[in-house]
Amino acid sequence: MQASPQDFAENPDQQDFLQPIDRTDRMIPAIEFRDVELSFDDKKILDGVSFEVRKGETKIILGRSGGGKSTIIRMILGLLKPDAGQILVDGEDITAYTEKEMMGVRQHIGMVFQEGALFDSLSVYENVAYRLHEQHIDEETVEKEVRRMLRFVDLEDAIDKMPIELSGGMRRRVGIARALVGDPTIVMFDEPTAGLDPPTARTICELAIKLRDLEDVSSIFVTHEMNNLDYLSSEYATVDDDGNVIFEEEGEKICMINTRVMMLRDGKIIFSGSDEELRRTEDPYILRFIRGK
Amino acid sequence: MNPLKKFLFELQEISILSFGALMALFTKPRYIPETIKQMDLVGVGSLPIVILTGFFTGGVLVLQTFPTLSYYSAQGQAGEAVATALVRELGPVLCALMVSGRIGSAISAELGSMVVSQQIDAMRALGTDPVRKLVAPRIFALILLLPLLTVAADVFGIIGGGVIASNIYNQDTNVFITSVRNGIETQDILGGIIKPVFFGLIIGGVSCYRGLSTRGGTVGVGLSTTSAVVQGSIAVIIFDFFLSKALQTILDLGRL
Repeated sequence: MQASPQDFAENPDQQDFLQPIDRTDRMIPAIEFRDVELSFDDKKILDGVSFEVRKGETKIILGRSGGGKSTIIRMILGLLKPDAGQILVDGEDITAYTEKEMMGVRQHIGMVFQEGALFDSLSVYENVAYRLHEQHIDEETVEKEVRRMLRFVDLEDAIDKMPIELSGGMRRRVGIARALVGDPTIVMFDEPTAGLDPPTARTICELAIKLRDLEDVSSIFVTHEMNNLDYLSSEYATVDDDGNVIFEEEGEKICMINTRVMMLRDGKIIFSGSDEELRRTEDPYILRFIRGK
Repeated sequence: MNPLKKFLFELQEISILSFGALMALFTKPRYIPETIKQMDLVGVGSLPIVILTGFFTGGVLVLQTFPTLSYYSAQGQAGEAVATALVRELGPVLCALMVSGRIGSAISAELGSMVVSQQIDAMRALGTDPVRKLVAPRIFALILLLPLLTVAADVFGIIGGGVIASNIYNQDTNVFITSVRNGIETQDILGGIIKPVFFGLIIGGVSCYRGLSTRGGTVGVGLSTTSAVVQGSIAVIIFDFFLSKALQTILDLGRL
C-alpha cells in the first residue's frame, strides 16, 4: 500500500515519491485466469473462466449466489485448486503451488471474508495484529501498524473489544483492517456488504474506493448487490487541500474510474466490461439481474 | 461414495493429518503458548473427572470381586486383581474414553465452528498453516498428557480399591498394599503408559479431522462433535485390543 498524502506531510523522508518510477511491472496483470475449470462431483463450478485484473484495478464480480464468484477468490488464495487452466498472481503461475509455496503468495494478498471471519478468541487488536505477530515483529511496530489500520477503517476506539461485542458492520471493517495489514498489493472482498444496512454498506464501499484510488491496490469485489456497483463505478476518492479524503461523483466529468465489471452465470463469464456497457446490454438475464425483476 | 471406500478415505485423511501434525513438531514455527494452553485444557481440565472415574472404578472392582475371591479364600489377592486390571487395561481405556468425551468433543466443536465461520480459511489466507497452529498443539498435548492422566487414574483407582477393601470388607490396608505391589510388574506399568500415547494420537487425529471436515453450518458442527466422540471412542476400544496383543508379545505381558 502506498503512503497517503497525510503520511508524506508527516514524514518528509518519504518525499522521494517524486522520483521517476519504473512502470514496466504495471503491464503485468495482478491476477490472471486462463481457461480455469473446476468441478465438484458432477457439477461444473467454473467452466473455462479467463479474465485479468490489472494493477490498481477493481474488478467487480457479479452473479447469483452459487454461481462460482467466491470460488474464484478462494482459488486465487490457493484454498481451492483448479481441475484445469492456469492462475497467475503478479505474473507468477501459482496453479501447481504447494500449500507451503502458497504461504509466500498469500503475504501479498488481503482477504475480506463475508462475515469478517474474525478469530473469536482474539481481541480486535490481536485480530488485526495477527499477521504481524506471526512474523514476530516487535510489539511497538505492531501497535503502530494496528492503530494505523484501525484509523483507516475508523475503528480505533474498538481496539480492545472482543469480536462478540462488535456489530456486523464493525466486524467487516475489522476484517478489512486485518486484511490490509502488511500492505498487500491485492485485496479481495467476498460479499463484504451482504446483510448490512445501507449506510454501513456504503462505508465498506468507500473503503474499497479509498484502496483503489489512494493506495493503488488491485482488488476483486464479489457482490450481488447493484448499489455496490453504483458506488464503485461512479465515485472516486481524492484528497482535498486540508488533507481530508473526499468522495466525488463522476457525473458528467470525463474520468477513468479504474473499475471493471464481470458477471458469472453457472460458472461461465457472461459479461465482461465497464459498468456503462453492462447497463447498455440487452441480455435478458443481465437485465433481470440489474433491475431485480 | 460407498461405506468401505468412505471409511478407507477417512482413515487415510486422518493418518495424513496426524502425520503432518507430528512432523510439524520438528520444524519451525512452533506455537508454544497454544500448546501450553491445550496442555492445560487436556491435563488440568480433565484431572478431576479422571480421578473420580479411577477412584470409583477401583472401588467397584473390589466391591464386585471381593466376595468371589473370599469364596476361594483368596481375598488377599484383591489388591493384585484391582491393580492388574487397572494398570493394564481399565486405567488407559477409561481415561481415554473420558478424555475422548471431554476433549475430543471440545476440539471437534471448536475447529468445526472455526470452519463454518471461515476462520480456518482466514487463517490460511493470513499465511498460517492450521495443521501447525491448531492440530499439532492439540495432538501433542493429548499424546503427552493422556499417559499422565492414566497414571492418576491408576493411582486413584488403587486408592479407591483400598478404601473399599478396608472399610467394607475390613481388610488390613497393609495386606492390600502388599498384594498390589506383588501384582504389578514393570512391564505392566510400561504397557499401561505406552497405550495412552497411541490413544492420544487416535483421539487427537479423529477429533481434529472431524472438526476440520465440518460441512453444513451449525448442524454440521453438532454432527462432527458426535462423530468425533463416537468414532474416537470406538477406535480406542478396537485399537486397544490389537495394542494389547502387540504389547503382550513385545513386553511378554499376561502370558499364561
